Amino acid sequence: MAVLNLVQAINEGLRQALEEDERVLLLGEDIGKDGGVFRATDGLYEVFGEQRVLDTPLAESGIVGLAVGMAAYGLRPVAEIQFLGFLYSAVDQIFTHAARIRARSRGRYSCPLVVRTPYGGGVKAPELHEESSEALFCHMPGIKVVVPSTPSNAKGLLLAAIDDPDPVLYLEPTRLYRLLKEEVPDEPYRTPLGKARIARAGHQLTIIAWGSMLEVVLRAAKDYDAEIIDLMTLSPFDRETLLESARKTGRVLIVHEAAKTGGFGAELAATIAEEAIMSLRAPIRRVTGYDVVPPLPLLEDHNLPSTERIVAAIEDLLRY
Amino acid sequence: MPKTPIAQFQIDRLSILDPSGQIDEDLMPELSDSQLLQLYELLTYTRMADQRALDLQREGRLGTYPSSLGQEAAQVGSGFALQKNDWVFPNFRELGVFLCQNYPLELIYRYWTGDERGLQSPEGINIFPMCIAVGTHVLHAAGAALAAKYRGDDMVAAAFLGDGATSKGDFHEALNMAGVYQLPLVVICQNNQWAISVSRESQTASETLAQKAIAHGIRGIQVDGNDVLAVYAATREALERARSGDGPTFIECETYRMSDHTTADDARRYRDPQEVAKWQERDPLLRMRRFLEQQRLWSHGDQEQLELTLKERLSRVVKAAESTAPPSAEEMFRYTCHALSSRQQEQLKECLNGGP
Ligand SMILES: Cc1ncc(C[n+]2csc(CCOP(=O)(O)OP(=O)(O)O)c2C)c(N)n1
Ligand SMILES: [Mg+2]
Repeated sequence: MAVLNLVQAINEGLRQALEEDERVLLLGEDIGKDGGVFRATDGLYEVFGEQRVLDTPLAESGIVGLAVGMAAYGLRPVAEIQFLGFLYSAVDQIFTHAARIRARSRGRYSCPLVVRTPYGGGVKAPELHEESSEALFCHMPGIKVVVPSTPSNAKGLLLAAIDDPDPVLYLEPTRLYRLLKEEVPDEPYRTPLGKARIARAGHQLTIIAWGSMLEVVLRAAKDYDAEIIDLMTLSPFDRETLLESARKTGRVLIVHEAAKTGGFGAELAATIAEEAIMSLRAPIRRVTGYDVVPPLPLLEDHNLPSTERIVAAIEDLLRY
Repeated sequence: MPKTPIAQFQIDRLSILDPSGQIDEDLMPELSDSQLLQLYELLTYTRMADQRALDLQREGRLGTYPSSLGQEAAQVGSGFALQKNDWVFPNFRELGVFLCQNYPLELIYRYWTGDERGLQSPEGINIFPMCIAVGTHVLHAAGAALAAKYRGDDMVAAAFLGDGATSKGDFHEALNMAGVYQLPLVVICQNNQWAISVSRESQTASETLAQKAIAHGIRGIQVDGNDVLAVYAATREALERARSGDGPTFIECETYRMSDHTTADDARRYRDPQEVAKWQERDPLLRMRRFLEQQRLWSHGDQEQLELTLKERLSRVVKAAESTAPPSAEEMFRYTCHALSSRQQEQLKECLNGGP
């Protein structure tokens, strides 16, 4: 086992996918000779060549649309979009086509593609480089949304996403790329999609988070007997694990970076309210980004959930 | 420092068969008599199947429908040139292309009645679901072409779109990608002069649509889209080039939408009936019939016989389409993803039971 950071784990996952399956091709801007702006594809062009690691023109809709055609033809394209904020021009291709080809063709064609992209804040980057709009994609049936939180689940989830017969949006928390390091098994392995992970077991309350916020929550809750759930797959999310924990602790806190209104926390809260309200001892609480345009670096700390805000919410919940 | 022209471009227009039925021998593509007759039969079948759809719609037996009237040569000439292993990425107004690939007409009628199963291309026919979001599908053709090139398959991807679609970004992204990767792709534009109520002149200031290829470094050509022989010749040449690794081509077929945009539209609100009358004289079926008659390949009796045969065939098709049992609600769940989530399983139960 080697000690890898998250971006190295992704790189290893991509390399192993390319080795295992000739149908896997990578495409994106600057992913070839340059190895990607975050180096996620570092060294892959040299090993696999320009047939399998394709530098594309600067056209996000084009990249995803091309991947849709490749996938329908039988390949397993893995597209990189440089930042989630630039995926917006390809949302048409994702919503209108990737998500629907199986249904529109009644199973004659499918769309086993992966779109990888860095996402989330806390990296003091320019405008549109810190988006966390995962909920938009979770609302669209036909696509899956995956968010890793550690180097080892990053690799396992990526390989599972590439195997998956449906389109998967794989959101890589930019802040974690080089922050976390851990031992990652050398061989290829799969972390199943649709399953959450109990990052830390506990009894007094349940905290649900994903991606970069999981790291913040683990720090914030270190002195509490909290059960911390790492959602990992947002769509389809693991209802059973959430409900079981909510019924056990009776108190639920949801933490995400994205704006509160219509954020994915709303779906989780509604689900828990619908199915486990009789077990709750306190209202469901959310600590989230505010309903504001994602701010530039000088203001971003005001917007991102902090350990202080999380601790305050925990204290509040424990008073019930 | 001199100022000199560094690049010059030219756009050709190809026409072979004129409205009186005369052909240009030098440009005539290689086609046997039986192929010529087949082309004419396909043109006629397309027109009759289209008229039948309009009739059904008027009787409330079909939903909103986009007619192909007037565009048969652009559709059949290009569709006929394709080979069995080629992949087709159609627009929603491509009846003739579908019929050339032997796509069951019954399925097309069912699709326009609101049955998704109509888009399930039968095995052995590689037609993608017709694209409703205008112009967005050219990228899929480029992607399939890239995949085929990677695998070394003998396949060309053909995308079909309208004049309005050439204003979409995805169209340009696709042509650009096709040029960069030299893809086995042929993009066929049916310039029918209208995008609902927006005329060709208001759609773009370009003199031709064909020249849009130039900016992307690929070949572009304009053809008389009401001349089935010219459309066939241009498409075949483009397919051959693509097949031999010589890259993509963009073909503009200049034709005319003789009908309303769809059955939900009334074109009298925005276009001059005299313009329609002018194009009537350039009818694509009439000139092919005149040519065949001059060649002594076709007679009045043949025409009567063909129409009778096709009428009977259409009755059988309509009967089959209308006697198909409606899809079950379970299907909308089955085809969303490859497997149902636990929530979808619950919803399916609720849906089938009519309540939670
Ligand atoms: C992206 C998109 N915008 C708008 C529409 C509504 N719409 C349907 S067809 C059409 C005009 C299309 O014109 P053209 O590409 O010339 O094709 P034609 O209808 O003439 O065959 C429009 C605006 C649509 N289907 N998709
Ligand atoms: Mg048009």
